[in-house]
Amino acid sequence: MKWITVRRRHPRAGYAVMLLALFGLGAGYMALMPDSTGGAEAVSSRVPLQDIREGKQLYSQSCSTCHGQNGEGTDVAPSLIGVGAAAVDLQVSTGRMPAMNPDAPQQPRKRRVFNQEETEQIAAYVQSLGGGPPIPSGSDIAYEGADVALGGNLFRANCAQCHNFAGSGGALTGGKEAPDLHDATPTQIYEAMITGPGAMPVFGGDTLSAEEKLAVIKFIVDVREEPNPGGFGLGRFGPVTEGLAGWLIGIGLLIAAALWMTAKKQHD
Amino acid sequence: MTPRTSPTRRLIGGTGTYIDERFGSANFVTRSLRKLFPDHWAFLLGEIALYSFVVLLLTGTFLSFFFEPSAEHVTYNGSYENLQGVEMSAAYASTLHISFDVRGGLLMRQIHHWSAIIFIAGIMVHMLRVFFTGAFRKPRELNWVIGVTMFILAFANGFIGYGLPDDLLSGIGLKITQGMAIGIPVVGTYVSFFLFGGEFPGTLLIPRFYILHVLLIPGILLALITAHVVIMWYQKHGNFARKRSTEKTVVGAPFYPYFVAKTGSFFMFVFGVTALMGALVQINPIWLYGPYNPAQITADSQSDFYFGFLEGAVRLMPAWEYSALGHTLTLSIVIPALVIPGLLFTVLLLYPFIEQWVTGDKRHHQLLDRPRNAPTRTGFGMAGVVFYGVLWAAAGNDLFATTFDIPLFATTWFFRIALFVGPVIAFVVAKRVCLGLQRRDRELLEHGVESGIIKRLPSGEFIEVTETPSEEAQAHLEGKKEIPQIALPARDDGGVPAPHSRGVRAKLRAALNRLYTRDEIEVVPAEHHRGEHGEAEHRELSSTE
Repeated sequence: MKWITVRRRHPRAGYAVMLLALFGLGAGYMALMPDSTGGAEAVSSRVPLQDIREGKQLYSQSCSTCHGQNGEGTDVAPSLIGVGAAAVDLQVSTGRMPAMNPDAPQQPRKRRVFNQEETEQIAAYVQSLGGGPPIPSGSDIAYEGADVALGGNLFRANCAQCHNFAGSGGALTGGKEAPDLHDATPTQIYEAMITGPGAMPVFGGDTLSAEEKLAVIKFIVDVREEPNPGGFGLGRFGPVTEGLAGWLIGIGLLIAAALWMTAKKQHD
Repeated sequence: MTPRTSPTRRLIGGTGTYIDERFGSANFVTRSLRKLFPDHWAFLLGEIALYSFVVLLLTGTFLSFFFEPSAEHVTYNGSYENLQGVEMSAAYASTLHISFDVRGGLLMRQIHHWSAIIFIAGIMVHMLRVFFTGAFRKPRELNWVIGVTMFILAFANGFIGYGLPDDLLSGIGLKITQGMAIGIPVVGTYVSFFLFGGEFPGTLLIPRFYILHVLLIPGILLALITAHVVIMWYQKHGNFARKRSTEKTVVGAPFYPYFVAKTGSFFMFVFGVTALMGALVQINPIWLYGPYNPAQITADSQSDFYFGFLEGAVRLMPAWEYSALGHTLTLSIVIPALVIPGLLFTVLLLYPFIEQWVTGDKRHHQLLDRPRNAPTRTGFGMAGVVFYGVLWAAAGNDLFATTFDIPLFATTWFFRIALFVGPVIAFVVAKRVCLGLQRRDRELLEHGVESGIIKRLPSGEFIEVTETPSEEAQAHLEGKKEIPQIALPARDDGGVPAPHSRGVRAKLRAALNRLYTRDEIEVVPAEHHRGEHGEAEHRELSSTE
């Protein structure tokens, strides 16, 4: 052990010890860390490095002004470290990101800027920054066989208070709103549930199991595709639009009829 | 009877004689058939309400054949896929059954709901017509009271009907009702327990509501409608001032055949419009709301339009709540849910008597006011309309927010301010508009109708030729009656007011009367200006004034 004794007073010994300690800490952490970022590793191992590089390029061009050079966030926009690929896919595929007006309380759904390949590249890059929920794949969102009655009950218990009973959307405080679900794809609905965009809470596995999430998706898709058996649906906004129609069409037509009948009378 | 009379005529004549010999009704029928009804489009507005009530009774009877007023738990296994196997009340299941499995059931439900909305909207427009034309004045004050009572009953029955299907929206409405009941100071919890027969929601409410909805309230309404129409028949319909019509004579077309034809076809219109809406426009899609579950709520849970003002009042009210002596006073419920509707309906009920007290006008009125000729009343009415309208609009503030991208709280504050400022602006503007229109009427009477012909006189002066309004128009324009003024408190030489004008009430009355009769514009009958040939030449306005 003499060589240690000799070298421990070496000017660079401190650095060497520090390096070793850091290495040990890192190795220990890797070995003992719970497998919560398993998805992240799965994606980063699945995604070719090339995609991450392309994604970084796109990120630097279109996202970094607000979200920071390395996704660390700025005063304008939040950090993206740990939000996961699912959040990126949701925000970019609905056209909400890149934002036109970052100061708005909430970004509206609009025409998407990046196609699916580019979106996935950006998602891969953000995923590489700190993990998070991955983009759900085909088998995750196979909702066709789900229980729609269960989904309806869960939707009314968890979603309808903001998104309305038929997914027509609703107002929130602070200038925000719960968007309508007319155009949301099953993937986007799933991503919204696991990432909790904006004012929406995260519906983790403890709140809604994977099966229950699929039931909710099934209900949303079924209801919006279901025709209105009673005629024109008035946007499925409830009694407000019904009252408007009652006055404008009902009373409007009847007053017109009254005017017409008495006008006829005056000619003879 | 001559041998040439046809068998049909013999049959009718025979039956008529038979009835007349027993009831002596021929005289009554003959007189009734000849009864005159004045003709104006606004006089048909009440019939919107009358006939949609008939539609309500017919469709409601159909619905009652299939509706099961029970909170009993059942598992749904009807044709609507999305609710298969879901536990729900029998009331909700039977409403789904009506909507999807009874032939014509959905159509009947939708006609029923649309005619309910048109019923109450019809009452509103009719009531506004009666208000703004002063048709509630003596001798019709009591008929106005009957009308407002029916208005309140219609509100109540509409609300109860909204609660019957036991879908999520109904249940939320009932929950809010329970909140209002429980918010009544001191006795709130007792009222709530009495109403629901225990804890909310319980199982008693639906059968209770059902019997109120299909028996008690429609029965009272039917009786009051009869009284309303018979009184109108007896007192005769009011009329606008026109040629030959006076406070003693009615000008119009006889009941038979003109009015019968008109009112009969108007019934067809009402039935047609409600059926058309029931067939083409979806209303209250209860299957989308799902069964009521006290743990659930949905965005856009609003009341039907007529209760919007209560909903809006609750939305605008700040969250004020105080506790004292073991009792909680929830002002955020008491004011919007009890004070505001109480105030609104009390003023409505008492308005004829209030106005009579202020104006001292106890004359018998057969001729109606044109709204412009009673500027203060019109202004007050418009203030009321705006007050109600702001509260009503506030009930939809979330839809305003999402539709027009306005922050929700901004709409709340806008409506809060508008609730107080709006009626004042409406009063001033409506009154000024009325006065302006009166001045124009007076100008027409004084100077005639502009003919568009400019003449140059030999002296070089230009004048515009004006024509005298037709006799009918003149009678209409001259129909304005001056509003009596109450003399200011008389004072004797020492400046002491007369005993009858000393009290607070007398002073208030004099002050209100001054407010009511201020800015009177005198009507000058056209005779003073008319030339011999029914055409007059006048100088331009600017040169005469």
